[in-house]
Amino acid sequence: MATISIAEPPRPAPARPRLNYLTEKTGLMSWLFTTDHKRIGLLYVLSITFFFFFGGFFALLMRLHLLLPQGWLFGHETYNKLFSMHGIMMVWFFLIPSIPNTLGNFVLPMMIGAKDLAFPKLNLLSWYIFMLGGLTTLYALVRGGVDTGWTFYTPFSTSYSTTFVIAAAVGILIAGFSSILTGLNFIATVHRMRAPGLTWYRLPIFIWSTYATSLILVLATPVLAITLAMIAIERVFQVGIFDPALGGDPVLFQHMFWFYSHPAVYIMVLPAMAVVSEIIPTFSRKPIFGYKAVAFSSMAIAIIGFLVWGHHMFVAGESAYAAMTFSLLSYMVAIPSAIKVFNWTATMYKGSVQLDTPMLYAIGFVALFTIGGMTGLFLAALGIDVHVTDTYFVIAHFHYIMVGGTVMAFLGGVHYWWPKISGKMYPEFLAKLSALTVFLGFNLTFFPQFILGYMGMPRRYAAYPPEFQVLNVLSTAGASILGVGYVVPLIYLIWAWKYGERAPDNPWRTTGLEWKTPSPPPKHNFDVTPIVTWNAYDFEAQKEELQLG
Amino acid sequence: MMPTCLALLLQGSVTREYNVFFWVMVALCGAVGTGIAAFLVYCAWHYRRRSPNELPPQISMNIPAEVTWIAVPALIFISMFAYGLKMYFDLERPPDNSEDVYVVARQWMWKTQHLGGQREIDTLHVPVGRAIRLNMISQDVIHSFFIPAFRIKQDVLPGRYTSIWFKAVVPGTYHLFCAEYCGTEHSQMIGWIYAMNPKDYQIWLQQGAAEGSLASTGEKLFHQFGCSNCHHFSGHGRGPNLRGLYMRPVQITTGQTVVADETYIRESILQSRAKIVQGFQPIMPTFQGQLSEEQVAALIAYLKAIGPAPGEEMPSGPGEEMGDYGGIRPDLSEPVAPATKPGAR
Repeated sequence: MATISIAEPPRPAPARPRLNYLTEKTGLMSWLFTTDHKRIGLLYVLSITFFFFFGGFFALLMRLHLLLPQGWLFGHETYNKLFSMHGIMMVWFFLIPSIPNTLGNFVLPMMIGAKDLAFPKLNLLSWYIFMLGGLTTLYALVRGGVDTGWTFYTPFSTSYSTTFVIAAAVGILIAGFSSILTGLNFIATVHRMRAPGLTWYRLPIFIWSTYATSLILVLATPVLAITLAMIAIERVFQVGIFDPALGGDPVLFQHMFWFYSHPAVYIMVLPAMAVVSEIIPTFSRKPIFGYKAVAFSSMAIAIIGFLVWGHHMFVAGESAYAAMTFSLLSYMVAIPSAIKVFNWTATMYKGSVQLDTPMLYAIGFVALFTIGGMTGLFLAALGIDVHVTDTYFVIAHFHYIMVGGTVMAFLGGVHYWWPKISGKMYPEFLAKLSALTVFLGFNLTFFPQFILGYMGMPRRYAAYPPEFQVLNVLSTAGASILGVGYVVPLIYLIWAWKYGERAPDNPWRTTGLEWKTPSPPPKHNFDVTPIVTWNAYDFEAQKEELQLG
Repeated sequence: MMPTCLALLLQGSVTREYNVFFWVMVALCGAVGTGIAAFLVYCAWHYRRRSPNELPPQISMNIPAEVTWIAVPALIFISMFAYGLKMYFDLERPPDNSEDVYVVARQWMWKTQHLGGQREIDTLHVPVGRAIRLNMISQDVIHSFFIPAFRIKQDVLPGRYTSIWFKAVVPGTYHLFCAEYCGTEHSQMIGWIYAMNPKDYQIWLQQGAAEGSLASTGEKLFHQFGCSNCHHFSGHGRGPNLRGLYMRPVQITTGQTVVADETYIRESILQSRAKIVQGFQPIMPTFQGQLSEEQVAALIAYLKAIGPAPGEEMPSGPGEEMGDYGGIRPDLSEPVAPATKPGAR
């Protein structure tokens, strides 16, 4: 475990430009064997970007296929494989690791004034395990794919599907260990490595939310591993666990799957809330409104989030009283989310608001997350859910949370910390333009799907009755725009890495500890371990340093 | 008749209530969402940074505001929960006079059986104004029976009956979708619900009449597979007397009491050793693999049709007129005659 050194002797003034984490060592091996949390963060950025565009490409193919009611690009089996692999790639190889393993890895130690995570080697191991899982899943794809949907519902996945279910399940299972290790590492780091004076209530909200996420990663992921192992056991050895023909219970699978997969939704969205809770105070130059309410709502979401899995099963054959309980608990988990939305908006109130790119993404996040959250209220209402569950209404709802929420926040976070990560500024105008493109493209893609769902179009249909065509065409048009909105940042960020304007240490003139290091930071982040005497987002206490007021 | 999927009409008995609730929620959430969006835009414009060094007043907490935006949403959420629950419980309880239809789902088709013995594939004819209770089971994977126009959906499981009910209000043709992904041709597992005027429906029933009612098919199977050798309807056989069995509490050898619903009866036929009735020996052979789901459904329909009252209402043997048993369900408020209790020693 890295230790906190209170003070290191000041170094002599560097003759050459001082070395940072990118220049200290070079060469492929220096990356593949690095234990630096910042470099590992970048390894994750590269990996998940690959998986994101991979999964996104599948989505685009699906949308193109659905331009015509009977479908025109693929056979039904291929279409089924496309949506299955889209879901598997996006959920386990993009969304789950997206913010925690990239931005979290990069900024979490810096935010708490630490040199690294508590277990740097474990952190590297976690990346290797993740890649092993990803490559195993890619193997399943290359061999012929999976057609079970990302949900692997039994007995279809265990007794009927003839595709590469086990390879995909093993890939996901392996990646799960990476999640567990990262979660453990973050928990240990937050407990043990905070700088002197950095008490829990002085922590940025990013840390609170990432900590809550880590708890879920550690507690829920093992259940997924068990469930996937049971699928493999039933498929290979014909042991009756889920298939009634072998004496099993198919609904048991759904209970086990959603016991992981609903908390997993909060693994995806809590880190997004974490990012937004940093961006909004910075660009409003005000402390986050209701700090404790926001911090505790993250913990409440993590805890109550474990008790709502049955709301995926209101028509699946669970008892009416189970459904009643899960419906009530689902409304309870909506309350902390509402608290956050109100506090974010109140943070902007009477602030000094600057609409730079990260802030545009953050505001976009709040708007889209609000729509996603409120349509969740529809799905939690038992009588309403009966009709709209398993339709495009659900697809639209969770894409508003996961794409409108998590991906928007991820892009916001990438732009926000880009000067710190790369030491370069990105082209602001182009960035604003693509933020706007993403927002418009996203809404055009997914808003029509709410209406499709209400009209009754079931999800996972390779062909559909003609009355649904107009809205499907709109959705496909939106997806094309959204695709452009994602490719443009990829291009200009790569460009900026090489040719961007040099970034100052604290380009946004904000308060977090990560901005008190050079851009890009040196290998061990801080020359002198900071001593914290102020609260998070305390612009007043730092106004001389930041030259404000 | 044309497909009417754009459903703001009153196609099913819950459609209207559903739409009202749905659109009230849209209005409520739309108002709140628009308010939040407007507030974001207002803040972004009105409090825009006017000079680069600006430091606004550092307001960071307001307890009354926090309490308000916790309490008000909580109250709204509880109301939504309560009304959603009310609608759901209504869907759980079919009206007493509802008519049974048996549905067997398989990759990738819907097979429906009426009590009169009429069988359909991927279609279901129903009379308007009559509640239809669907008893559904799957032969393979999980499917989901979804009629968008009527706002109902229920997963159809292998190995276990699930049920849901609906009442068509406006005659017409409505989509039946499979809503649970079930394999390659999932999107082709589409059928039609024909909601007909009762007169037309009667004509259709007569045209489609099969060899006999579902219950009479069940009766034939009951003898053909030798059930009647042990299960006597009077006196004592080696097996329990099955008269009035449906929905009766049954004591089994583990000491538990189970309600003899469709799933229990099916299990007792196919896995006869799973739950043995108190006072009987586990001597019944299993019929797993020998009976199709349609045949099991016929047997269940037969057991339901022979009714609960022994002695007084002795059916002379279900013949052609068995079709008349369609729609008759045992009156559950009546206490079951003790003589029929199979556990009696």
